[in-house]
Amino acid sequence: MHKRIIYSVFGVAAAGVVLFGVYAWHPEIVPFAPGAKPPFSQADIAHGKIMAAAGYCSTCHTTPGGLEYGGNYQMNTPFGVIYSSNITPDPDTGIGRWSEEAFIRAMRTGVSRDGHHLLPAFPFEHFNKMTDDDIKAIYAYLMSSVPAVNQQKKENEIAFPLNLRFLQAGWKLLFANTTPFEKHGDKSDEWNRGAYLAQGIAHCGACHTPRNALGGEKYSQMYEGALIDGWIAPSLTRSSTSPLHWRAQDFYEYLRTGNSPYHGGAAGPMAPVVHHGLAALPDADLKALSVYFGELAGSNSDDPAAAPKLQAAVDEQHKIKDLRIDNGARLYTSTCSACHYSGSQQVKGRPLLALGSATHLEDPSNLINVILDGFRSDQGISGVVMPQFRDALSDDDITAIATYLRQTAGEQPWPNLLQKVGEIRRQPRFEQ
Amino acid sequence: MARFILNSRPVVADVDGDTPLLWVIRDELNLTGTKFGCGIGACGACTVHVGGRATRSCITPVSAVEGAAITTIEGLSEQGDHPLQVAWQTHQVPQCGYCQSGQIMQAAALLSDFPDPSDADIDAVMSGNVCRCMTYVRIRAAIHEAAAAMKQEVKNEQAV
Repeated sequence: MHKRIIYSVFGVAAAGVVLFGVYAWHPEIVPFAPGAKPPFSQADIAHGKIMAAAGYCSTCHTTPGGLEYGGNYQMNTPFGVIYSSNITPDPDTGIGRWSEEAFIRAMRTGVSRDGHHLLPAFPFEHFNKMTDDDIKAIYAYLMSSVPAVNQQKKENEIAFPLNLRFLQAGWKLLFANTTPFEKHGDKSDEWNRGAYLAQGIAHCGACHTPRNALGGEKYSQMYEGALIDGWIAPSLTRSSTSPLHWRAQDFYEYLRTGNSPYHGGAAGPMAPVVHHGLAALPDADLKALSVYFGELAGSNSDDPAAAPKLQAAVDEQHKIKDLRIDNGARLYTSTCSACHYSGSQQVKGRPLLALGSATHLEDPSNLINVILDGFRSDQGISGVVMPQFRDALSDDDITAIATYLRQTAGEQPWPNLLQKVGEIRRQPRFEQ
Repeated sequence: MARFILNSRPVVADVDGDTPLLWVIRDELNLTGTKFGCGIGACGACTVHVGGRATRSCITPVSAVEGAAITTIEGLSEQGDHPLQVAWQTHQVPQCGYCQSGQIMQAAALLSDFPDPSDADIDAVMSGNVCRCMTYVRIRAAIHEAAAAMKQEVKNEQAV
């Protein structure tokens, strides 16, 4: 009797392994000889260039200062260091021998041409939402217009057993939403276009949606904010902690110019998304994205310029501070207020920090990162910079300033801030 | 190799990316009107404009201003006759003079955001620019006068 139970358990387990093996196995797609590329239309190539930019493919497929799309960009994940692939048309180290069919399969299912599973750092579950035409256009652009780079991909540093690629099939089964993009009939065309771009090529959720312990996106908390590369990708939904609501036009201004005067600038990993990525999209597409996110954030239409919170923050600046006792107020007055003092009229480039999104997040990372490393001319507002206080202010100084700011913003102090500032100062920087 | 626009002219400097912008301006490009004060962005002597906004150049690495348009005191006006520079002379603002180019550059940025600044506006925006000769009262008076002169200029232009 016992034997029979044991045999059946083993039998079911063995059958499960075989079935999983069949599920996980993907055939190699036959390489084609370089030079056998199909002819691409100029329209497809031009469209693909825009789509590749909107997916900011080069951000993760290029090393800082390296040849574009050559791969080996280092990504530090909780599971180990991984390096991106070479997606130039180089036949030996890139995708030069990939047919269009192989490229579409990789974009939709995360399976390489030779049949091995790609790691989910490549957000194929987002790209799967795209139309065949958009994916084919990217293929046309990469194969026809990107110079081939002969650069071997570095070995990933992922420990056993997570380095076993066939296990990725299980990950995909459990965590990846592989349903195609569905139009919402009750929404406008503009909203649907925004949703299509955001969920697909722009893969906004890859950073803004929190992930579970195994790295799967928690779809029930879509866009509710997450930690990425030492920064907080803030919530884009009603759960946002920004004191002034994000309206569709605020999203639009942020995406078009890298800054929303009522909220803040595109810093850290978001800077290349705006300036080297979405900037390529036509205005109508940025508007569509803004309509989509404007609704997710609560469809607010209140004019922030008339918000009592804004006037309160402006008035707060005029309270007489005891600069002899309050170190944070003194440091703020001498190092910050020259640029951050604001009148009732919000001026772009003179942000009122008591209203800034970074001041109101539950985690101090974004504010501290910006104090440490400022804004370069290609981050936030183009051509405008904020200096770096990394070598100018101590951890104590930065903690005092941040504590003062939280207080003037009407927020509770961040817990263990001094220790956190030290940790943020020492964390590796990923900005390109 | 750093590339940016300095006083409307494209410039190139063969320096490491982490070199402070102030050093590049003074030592590589030989414009010495901008001064070194504290080196930690706390005194304002090194203030220049980057993209039209007052910026402490001593703690801004040159890599951060790639392609940006920078104006120093030498480029504020062609003849040295910006309304602030005129008011500075009228009020005999400088004493030792070391902080003055930074003061004027910060004040110019102030007036572009606050064309008619109150004393509180001036104090808040200028409080990061330190003057050890204590010329603050004259600085404030000169800023008010320059603001009035600039408004008059605008009126005159509109009349023409």
